[in-house]
Amino acid sequence: MRHINRRAGALVAGTVAALALAACSTGEGGTPGGTGTSGGAAGGSVDCADYKQYGDLSGKTITVYAGIVAPEDTPYITSFKPFEECTGAKVDYQADKQFEQQILVRAQAGNTPDIAIVPQPGLLAQLVATGTVVAAPDGVAKNVDEFWDPSWKELGSIDGTFYAAPSGASVKSLVWYSPKQFEDNGYEVPTTLDELKTLTEKIASDGNNKPWCAGIASGEATGWPLTDWMEDFVLRVGGGDVYDQWVKHEIAFNSEVPTEALDMVGEYLKDPANVNGGFGDVSTIATTAFQDGGLPILQNQCSLHRQASFYAANFPEGTNIAEDGDVFAFYLPAKDASTKPVLGAGEFVTAFSDRPEVQALLEFWSTDTWANLKAKASADETNGGWISANKGLDTANLVNPIDKLSAEILLDPASEFRFDGSDQMPAAVGNGAFWREATAWITGQSTTETLDKIEAAWP
Amino acid sequence: MTTTPPPPQVVGPAGAGARTGSGDVAATLRATKKRLTSPWATFAAVVLAVLWTIPTFGLLVTSFRPAADINATGWWTVLTSPNFTLENYQTVMAVDSSQSLLPFIINSVVITIPSVVLPIFLATLAAYSFAWMQFRGRDALFVAVFALQVVPIQVTLIPLLSLYADIGVAGTFWAVWISHTMFGLPLAVFLLHNFMREIPGELIEAARVDGAGHVTVFFRLMLPLLKPALAAFGIYQFLWVWNDLLVALTFAGSSNQVAPMTVALFNLTGTRGSQWFLLSAGAFVSIIVPALVFLSLQRYFVRGLLAGSVKG
Repeated sequence: MRHINRRAGALVAGTVAALALAACSTGEGGTPGGTGTSGGAAGGSVDCADYKQYGDLSGKTITVYAGIVAPEDTPYITSFKPFEECTGAKVDYQADKQFEQQILVRAQAGNTPDIAIVPQPGLLAQLVATGTVVAAPDGVAKNVDEFWDPSWKELGSIDGTFYAAPSGASVKSLVWYSPKQFEDNGYEVPTTLDELKTLTEKIASDGNNKPWCAGIASGEATGWPLTDWMEDFVLRVGGGDVYDQWVKHEIAFNSEVPTEALDMVGEYLKDPANVNGGFGDVSTIATTAFQDGGLPILQNQCSLHRQASFYAANFPEGTNIAEDGDVFAFYLPAKDASTKPVLGAGEFVTAFSDRPEVQALLEFWSTDTWANLKAKASADETNGGWISANKGLDTANLVNPIDKLSAEILLDPASEFRFDGSDQMPAAVGNGAFWREATAWITGQSTTETLDKIEAAWP
Repeated sequence: MTTTPPPPQVVGPAGAGARTGSGDVAATLRATKKRLTSPWATFAAVVLAVLWTIPTFGLLVTSFRPAADINATGWWTVLTSPNFTLENYQTVMAVDSSQSLLPFIINSVVITIPSVVLPIFLATLAAYSFAWMQFRGRDALFVAVFALQVVPIQVTLIPLLSLYADIGVAGTFWAVWISHTMFGLPLAVFLLHNFMREIPGELIEAARVDGAGHVTVFFRLMLPLLKPALAAFGIYQFLWVWNDLLVALTFAGSSNQVAPMTVALFNLTGTRGSQWFLLSAGAFVSIIVPALVFLSLQRYFVRGLLAGSVKG
């Protein structure tokens, strides 16, 4: 007995040691290799003259904390390489998916990183309230004035002080479809909301498949895809001004325009004739993971799926995402062709330290140089999936068609861009009641009751 | 009930039950076995075991399926159309993959070993003094230590982190080691104290008479007897630390140098969850070490579960 036991102990020790060794060799072997390839991709032809203004930052380390994890984090790390090479500073990029909770904990405890990539203006406001955020330096403000639409600068400002420069962006007003299926059945990409309605009815009456598919399950954030639906329709029914008032709670959550908007969403998503292609009846919307929501398009079990540009990453490897490919997206049309409201989201870069190296990185981050470096790195390493509203972004650096389409929509002067409303509302609504009640709505709760309850939850 | 003080081996790994003569034991064992062995009970146990294992089995099957299949159909469809791949394991084990879990296994080991050894070391000393040393306020202090178990660790997160930030250990292994030690101590002290109390006082008195001081009693008498209790608490603490996400994420953060496997596993699905098909493979990679530790020490675990409980 004793003998056997000792052997078992030795086995455990041996395995642990073997794993440890393997891990060790990974750490040592992996890092230099990574530097080598990245250097080739981004740093091969670095002209350090452009980086002179940042000075010599040798030996300094800047920690960046974000919620963007592997594999999407590698282009970020690569995009800082020229900065690191020319200034001598080191950028320590850390990320985990618990970012939105952890950054608040760390700010409250005074254990802040140097820079954080904040995905929501609402969260930025919470961080500013902790008193740990440092206002953006003048150099950053100058770059943002030059390269971004003023509305973006406003999103990064709290009470008139500019804190955070915008970085990445995504377009949410998109409807995914199969170009091949459209061609086979003679469907046209709609250009007005009425045409979208007619198309939906046509697909339903053809009877090959249900027109729409959707999924809103997303762990504790279940329901968020529906908030995007509703925001898109508030924007289309009421226009940008009413949308702003609704987001800021200057008009009630259950007032006329939002009610009409949610009812319009209901005409698509709560009508058993229209959903839920590939999954079942209306109630399956609530139980389908948002990641899976649009996949039935590939099997021709569904024709339309409204989801943001980042949904591209959810299609299986090898799917041809292009205007003439397996799947693509069109702009969710406005009421008529005279307006072009665009719902989107983005990330903001904010600093918790005014050390010179931190400020230098912030300034570099807000330039068109960085935006293009990042776009190139994303194109090389993750097949795109990243765009920015930086006007200096060269669309030639975007490889995949959906990024090109998104950047076109985003940078089109006719577009009326609005940031995701639930990300700006107070946390009790934006990360709570709105998600919860939207989920209850799709499983049968009436529009009036839903909106009344959200209105009541507003702090 | 006890007429004669049981010899010391009784509590040791040699096994309980030698209290009465060996012939009686055999008879009792036979009777007990007969009483416990009913075909229906066996059947029920097998059904339960199968039911409980199905999800894990499904996870195992899923981890060998291609991403497209995982997204499209359930694991049971392999029965009709088997299609397996090692790709998921290659991704999570690959040396050059950004999603590799391997670099994080070493972090987990580095975090776990001191986080298990430290509380055991401190708790054994504390338990000994609570059990066998006389000093003022002993009982009050013991109740206070035990009462600390009631404090949920969530309320300590922000104050502790700000303390760590002040002394400059936030984001290092030290913060995690210290935290796990603190969180593990109350239960460890309580468990080991109760176990030590059951060791007959005559034994210690005899040692005293022979001239042994506290140090000798502790190392020569207590530690050998405590082995099952130490092993049980060791496994318990090991599994808790190995599987912990909250403490490590809060105090060590997510940098590659300190983040344990749980953080890597949590991040494995990708920023927007598009890589979730990797999770099943990642889960099995992370199970290997605790499963080995548990299987090799489970003998102690079952015995140690009774440690500290009241025995007639």
